[in-house]
Amino acid sequence: MYKILLRQDLVPNVRLFKIAAPDVAKKAQAGQFVIIRLDEKGERIPLTIADWDAKEGSVTIVFMEVGTTTHRLARLKSGDSIANFVGPLGLPTHIEKFGTVVCVAGGFAVATIMPIARAMRDKGNKVIAIMGARNKNLIFWEDELRRVSDQLIVTTDDGSYARKGLVTEPLRELLEGHERIDRVIAIGPSIMMKFSAKTTQPFGVKTIVSLNPIMVDGTGMCGCCRVSVGGVTRFACMDGPDFDGHQVDWDLLFARQRTYLDEEKRSLEQCQSQHVVSSQIKVRG
Amino acid sequence: MAKVNLEREPMPRQDPRSRGKNFAEVALGYRPEQAKAEASRCLQCPKRPCVGGCPVGIDIPDFIEALRNDDMPEALRILKNKNSLPGICGRVCPQETQCEAVCVLAKKEAPVAIGRLERYVADWERANQQSVDSSPAPSEPSGKRVAVVGSGPAGLAVAADLAKLGHGVTLFEALHVAGGVLMYGIPEFRLPKAIVQAEVNYVTSLGVELKLDSVIGKIDTVDELLNDGYDAVFLATGAGLPMFLNIPGENLNGIYSANEFLTRVNLMEAYRFPEYDTPVKVGKRVAVIGGGNVAMDSARCALRLGAEEVYIIYRRSEAEMPARREEVENAKEEGIQFRLLTNPKQFLGNEQDWVVGMECYQMELAEPDESGRRRPVIKPGSEFVIDVDVVIVALGTTPNPLIAATTEGLETTRQGTVVADEAAGKTVKPKVWAGGDIVTGAATVISAMGAGKRAAASIDAYLKELA
Ligand SMILES: Cc1cc2nc3c(=O)[nH]c(=O)nc-3n(C[C@H](O)[C@H](O)[C@H](O)COP(=O)(O)OP(=O)(O)OC[C@H]3O[C@@H](n4cnc5c(N)ncnc54)[C@H](O)[C@@H]3O)c2cc1C
Ligand SMILES: Cc1cc2nc3c(=O)[nH]c(=O)nc-3n(C[C@H](O)[C@H](O)[C@H](O)COP(=O)(O)OP(=O)(O)OC[C@H]3O[C@@H](n4cnc5c(N)ncnc54)[C@H](O)[C@@H]3O)c2cc1C
Ligand code: SF4
Ligand code: SF4
Ligand code: FES
Repeated sequence: MYKILLRQDLVPNVRLFKIAAPDVAKKAQAGQFVIIRLDEKGERIPLTIADWDAKEGSVTIVFMEVGTTTHRLARLKSGDSIANFVGPLGLPTHIEKFGTVVCVAGGFAVATIMPIARAMRDKGNKVIAIMGARNKNLIFWEDELRRVSDQLIVTTDDGSYARKGLVTEPLRELLEGHERIDRVIAIGPSIMMKFSAKTTQPFGVKTIVSLNPIMVDGTGMCGCCRVSVGGVTRFACMDGPDFDGHQVDWDLLFARQRTYLDEEKRSLEQCQSQHVVSSQIKVRG
Repeated sequence: MAKVNLEREPMPRQDPRSRGKNFAEVALGYRPEQAKAEASRCLQCPKRPCVGGCPVGIDIPDFIEALRNDDMPEALRILKNKNSLPGICGRVCPQETQCEAVCVLAKKEAPVAIGRLERYVADWERANQQSVDSSPAPSEPSGKRVAVVGSGPAGLAVAADLAKLGHGVTLFEALHVAGGVLMYGIPEFRLPKAIVQAEVNYVTSLGVELKLDSVIGKIDTVDELLNDGYDAVFLATGAGLPMFLNIPGENLNGIYSANEFLTRVNLMEAYRFPEYDTPVKVGKRVAVIGGGNVAMDSARCALRLGAEEVYIIYRRSEAEMPARREEVENAKEEGIQFRLLTNPKQFLGNEQDWVVGMECYQMELAEPDESGRRRPVIKPGSEFVIDVDVVIVALGTTPNPLIAATTEGLETTRQGTVVADEAAGKTVKPKVWAGGDIVTGAATVISAMGAGKRAAASIDAYLKELA
């Protein structure tokens, strides 16, 4: 069992958990992920390592509530435990002194891009960060990201905070500007990664994305996570999750992410109805 | 001399019509009188050819004789002397090509049902909570530590033997349960998971420390284990990397590797979705590509999940099928349809990128290839389409490259297997042994277990020299 040392609600549907997992903490590097399973009946789901502390033996994950597992996870509090926590999986993000690096984060991925921005900066890169959210209420870690970057641009889709628009707009302006951009890292919802890669392609700036196909084992044993990059089938859990965004077959990724839409809906409905019932029983009892 | 009895006792089995809808065990095991009757058929041949057919050399006539004399503890002791997993091997060994193939009665097509008798004795042990241990009482702690990587049959066997010899053993497993293919691959209806977990519990009861969720190469590497105080490492990571066909359309939705399909169903218990969280696509028309045990298991799982039509697509004929005869028969009885001499050319998808069809070639057999089996060749112009909505690719597996990639100084073959000597499992890297599917490529439970036992003896000898 892996104990939850700390829980923080960052914004209404995004939570941060710090979990005791010394073996993972000892080896974690920016860009890697873990696979968690809540209990006997739980599914294995991948989550990026947002932070880690080898001394304390802890690993931090940040997740958005989307389906059964993330909803069930969100019901836990500090002091509770989860059954399984495996990692660090996947290859670390390639960190090197490139020059100027733009880190683009969509939605909750602010948390997942943080260790990468920090590592890029520690290597001597100039880091320009762009973070975008649907609206003001979903913004978090603005100061934290500002601290690890040389320049920070914030956008909201509806203009309720900072600059109105999508993250791809300031990204294009940077590429068109006089400053040379050596590398772009874009992490967030698949559609946002696709359009970030589309934005940089005409400028020929290498753009790394962190793919999020459905996974099972996370160790190369099942092939569930297969993606097509440059016309070749790769296993995202072993060969990724980072890939060259200009080479990714995005339509295939979108299609495969939809594999279990019906089942996910059924599962979530059942999970929520059971929860309502059990909390009513608790109130009465 | 008594007349030779050529009537093999049949195995009681669940009715094919009902069993196609549940995951309970198909073979039910002999009743006591059946076991006695089958045991009486053994001729107690002085030359004991059957013993040579068993990869671990069980004293087969002796355990059968003890069974016939109602001395079950003795039968069990003889079995366990060579085989620590009789309840598992009795169920899943390919006996027809091993011990039973060389039984003198095999010539008359009625070999003694050695596997079934082995299972009977093992089940008696479980039912009676007996534990008969043939090895000497646990030795004094040696103060030596061994890291075993992977908890399939090879890893379990080596860990048990080394622990009994007094060594400190840590068993590292990547997944959330121990047992390897026995847990995630072979389905419940052929090998109940409770039997595997009883074996795992036995191994931990010997003092072996089991560390789940531990991917070696991602947490510590093999070299780090050796530097961190382990005196030796045994690699038993199996052959877990699935092969695909590499033909157009293979990444469409609804196309699984057998590993993924079986893992979802067996390990994650997707057949109980939505009570269990992991889903699996239940097809109406399911095609399984391949002709081995893995293909049979996948097809029979798909049927039990509720598929209406399940096809085995195999490019040679039934005679060349590598699956166990018994499992082919079981599959046929349950209604699995065999499309032989058929090979996929490409997969066809709909607008939502779901597989809807499979274009296949008709094949014919030419002269034998290097495997000795007749080589399948395409019949020109024979393409035709089969409608399907789920496809399971069961073409085989190779070792996962992670260990080789993160370990300095291991020798590997082109197929990705680790080179180790057959007798002792020693690799070319000092202090490192390996055995099971990681060395042989996909093979059998008993050969993996045998490799583990031989390596344990070799590691023990090495550790004694250190002392
Ligand atoms: C390498 C990797 C790292 C990830 N890191 C994070 C992270 O740090 N924080 C975070 O919140 N999420 C992350 N994800 C996505 C996360 O795994 C999914 O949100 C999670 O599996 C959903 O599980 P669920 O049971 O709650 O929802 P489900 O019921 O399984 O799915 C609900 C919805 O989420 C979509 N979905 C399902 N699986 C995935 C997936 N693997 N990726 C994206 N969408 C999915 C479905 O299409 C559906 O619309 C990561 C995914 C990968 C592959
Ligand atoms: C579906 C199916 C049906 C089969 N049917 C039969 C049958 O009827 N009869 C028969 O005799 N054989 C059968 N086999 C073959 C048999 O199961 C294998 O030959 C045997 O399990 C191999 O044992 P092993 O110990 O070498 O490896 P495995 O059983 O593969 O175990 C390896 C273990 O190592 C773990 N691992 C891998 N990498 C790492 C790592 N880096 N760190 C930590 N742990 C790791 C894996 O998760 C796994 O648990 C079947 C196989 C399959 C897939
Ligand atoms: S272990 Fe397998 S090969 Fe050996 S006697 Fe038993 S069934 Fe036969
Ligand atoms: S060869 Fe067959 S009949 Fe002879 S001893 Fe062995 S099992 Fe008995
Ligand atoms: S998740 Fe199974 S191979 Fe990648």
